[in-house]
Amino acid sequence: MNTTVENTGTEGKTWGGGNQPLKASYGKMMMWFFIVSDALTFSGFLAAYGFSRFKFIDSWPIADEVFTHVPFFHGNYPMIYVAFMTFILIMSSVTMVLAVDAGHHMKKKAVTWYMFLTVIGGLIFVGSQAWEWGTFIKGDFGAVQTKGGNILQFGEYVDVDGKQKFKRVAVSDFAKASSTERVQHERKNGLWFVSEGALPEFTVDEIYAGLESHGNVYVRNQIINEEGEKTVLSREEGLKQIKENGKLYVKGANLHVNEYGSPLFADFFFFITGFHGFHVFSGVVINIIIFFNVILGTYEKRRSYEMVEKVGLYWHFVDLVWVFVFTFFYLV
Amino acid sequence: MAHEHKLAIFQGLLKFKSNTQKIWGVLIFLTIITAIEVVLGIYKPEGLMTQVLGMKGLNWIFIILTIVKAYYITWDFMHMRDETKSLRRMVVWTAIFLICYLVFILLQEGGYVEGVYRNGFIKKDF
Repeated sequence: MNTTVENTGTEGKTWGGGNQPLKASYGKMMMWFFIVSDALTFSGFLAAYGFSRFKFIDSWPIADEVFTHVPFFHGNYPMIYVAFMTFILIMSSVTMVLAVDAGHHMKKKAVTWYMFLTVIGGLIFVGSQAWEWGTFIKGDFGAVQTKGGNILQFGEYVDVDGKQKFKRVAVSDFAKASSTERVQHERKNGLWFVSEGALPEFTVDEIYAGLESHGNVYVRNQIINEEGEKTVLSREEGLKQIKENGKLYVKGANLHVNEYGSPLFADFFFFITGFHGFHVFSGVVINIIIFFNVILGTYEKRRSYEMVEKVGLYWHFVDLVWVFVFTFFYLV
Repeated sequence: MAHEHKLAIFQGLLKFKSNTQKIWGVLIFLTIITAIEVVLGIYKPEGLMTQVLGMKGLNWIFIILTIVKAYYITWDFMHMRDETKSLRRMVVWTAIFLICYLVFILLQEGGYVEGVYRNGFIKKDF
């Protein structure tokens, strides 16, 4: 006896089951819903970034002064490298969508090539991101952190086309490090269960002495003035600030200090671009798996390349998120 | 469903012959937008730095261009254009509503905290 009910009398009716009101397969639909929830996670991060930025709206670091490096080139090129990264990611999105398109036409060879290019694009992007992190962590000019957690930076006025322009000066260019008796505590020369980070290159006193002897160097604080630039203090005021409030020499950025301004800026940078980079990385891994499946002919046997389409959705989503990260971290 | 694509973009202003052609067309469009953003970001024209609705005019341009880019990535690369209306609305409206809500609340709160720092008796200039 047949125990399964095969006829319910509702076939063909809207709620009779078996039809696809959204005309999308289960897998594709679930990928879309995953994307929605992931988008909400990212927007949570970005909105929190916006919150912190609005909180310190008058002293937030200026991105153009932070991300100015391009690999293999010296000099000041804000935006160029991250624009390149954006382009790479959009480009790999294009190869992905071309792979999907070739999949619809069951062209195995084309799908293979496009998947390969997509993976390469993703790897270039992740590599660039790692380089960007490295540069940011290393820092370039160095600054002094005050007792209140503010950042004091240094620079001098130079003539550019007859106009006085403020140009940053590295602390190592005017301060001289003297040897001190203080030695970095390591596990091997002290308590084995206690460790400390590297000691700062300069003490605040050394920086003060250097600043005093270099009449051309000015101090600027974090406050953004009407021209949208950081406020440069007078010589006396700068010296006074360093002497009274200066606490620590910082170079580069980590989760505790940030030579470019508010530590929150660094925290969010690491968190958001890190989370995004993790997505790109996992996207690359998934793309590689799919790439090998294509080569092995798995989808040829299935007579459907829908799997490529599903990972394609994820890959485009990663690109989509980057568009927003790019805007809110580097442009706005 | 899978093999049919709507090939017109810009409300039918631009119609492509094949899906591949449309992909390249959209790439060119996105590249142009990114180039505009980068150029504006580097030169920061004076005229666009005035305050519009509590933010610099230039920043509004950036945000609008970003949303335009996001639209074309979703609609053409992710083929949202070819999905049914109900799937499209399920995904897009849900996300847009929740994101707008969250952003509004957090930015409002951030602005308030900034006001407390500025006008209250909290000292942070040391």
